[in-house]
Amino acid sequence: MSQDREPLFSSKNMKLLREPLDDTNPITVQVLGICSALAITVKLEPSVVMALSVVFVMGVSNVVVSLLRSSIPPRIRIIVQLTVIASLVILVDEFLAAFAYEVSKQLSVFVGLIITNCIIMGRLEAFALSNKPWPSFLDGVGNAAGYGLILVIVGFVRELFGSGTIWGYQVVPQQAYAMGYEDNGLMILPPMALITVGIIIWVQRYRNRKLIEEKQS
Amino acid sequence: MENLVDIFVKSIFVDNMIFAYFLGMCSYLAVSKTVKTSTGLGLAVVFVLGITVPINYLIHNYILKEGALTWISPAYADVDLTFLSFILFIAVIASMVQLVEMVIEKFSPTLYSNLGIFLPLIAVNCSILGGSLFMQERAYNSLAEATVFGLGSGVGWFLAIIGIAAIREKIRYSNVPAPLRGLGITFIITGLMGIAFMGFMGIKF
Repeated sequence: MSQDREPLFSSKNMKLLREPLDDTNPITVQVLGICSALAITVKLEPSVVMALSVVFVMGVSNVVVSLLRSSIPPRIRIIVQLTVIASLVILVDEFLAAFAYEVSKQLSVFVGLIITNCIIMGRLEAFALSNKPWPSFLDGVGNAAGYGLILVIVGFVRELFGSGTIWGYQVVPQQAYAMGYEDNGLMILPPMALITVGIIIWVQRYRNRKLIEEKQS
Repeated sequence: MENLVDIFVKSIFVDNMIFAYFLGMCSYLAVSKTVKTSTGLGLAVVFVLGITVPINYLIHNYILKEGALTWISPAYADVDLTFLSFILFIAVIASMVQLVEMVIEKFSPTLYSNLGIFLPLIAVNCSILGGSLFMQERAYNSLAEATVFGLGSGVGWFLAIIGIAAIREKIRYSNVPAPLRGLGITFIITGLMGIAFMGFMGIKF
């Protein structure tokens, strides 16, 4: 009996968790969920909070939809999925407003926009609707972590070069400023988030040659 | 009136959905391969934003806002339903998209065949929900202001996607470094366009 059952952390399941970090990264490879990813990465702290919120919403919504997968009528599945996601996002939003008010002010509408974050809908459609709860959970957490990883990298780079701080603490020494070093004001502006992601994609594809796109004719 | 023009211009250029807030990036990156399809999607976005923002404005002001239910009975003066706004807004958007799709199919088959595939996609375009959430956050004073804001944001999105599509059609002939090909270069171009758009900052009428 028990031989038929897959162990909880079999290599197949671990692959679900690990692959989205690099080979199938939601942002740089699947091009999903960029909307909310970039606007909140000026500082490291909101990026981390955002990443954690998305991990929570994706993990739970994947499990819920996976449990409901046989009883959701295919015609109205988008509305059902949106409702599941929206309820979870309301939880996150209320939680942040209660326990991390400053950060929730900074994130403003972007917490709400987790609802239309294409990663969540995309993974629900592509994975949770046709798989068991546990693999769906891993897939959700893995993808959200891949998303969070990019968010944290971008947040780190932008805060370091844009404000000379990390997590609000000064890291560029005062002497450097005295010698004429200046923060790169451009890094705080929204367009630099795009360029930073562009460069991350460049580095990733340089290391991982199989991700390079075919030349279009 | 001046106020309306101000909101319109500001929502197109200064608070551009793509360059200032990155909303609707997913469809923006996925669909911007040719100018023709981008035009279709852009028009659909203008259309849907122009409809859903005013509707959500009414919902926000007559149902959700604190004290909004006093038109039913003064006893509801301190009922605050704002926490329901995500669910209601997304429901309005999803159903409006369905409705718009059916209406267009009935009355203008040509427009329908042009927009066809893009309409259902719009329900999950972040710029649509974003429009409603920004409308709520910025607390516009009248229905007219909200409508103008919705249309302006749509036009801004439309301009952005046409621009990137035109550039991508050209860049196909350029010699882009292999790892940067496709997605990477699109990101960087969008960033550069965004820097150009920053030049509009501070415009006021």
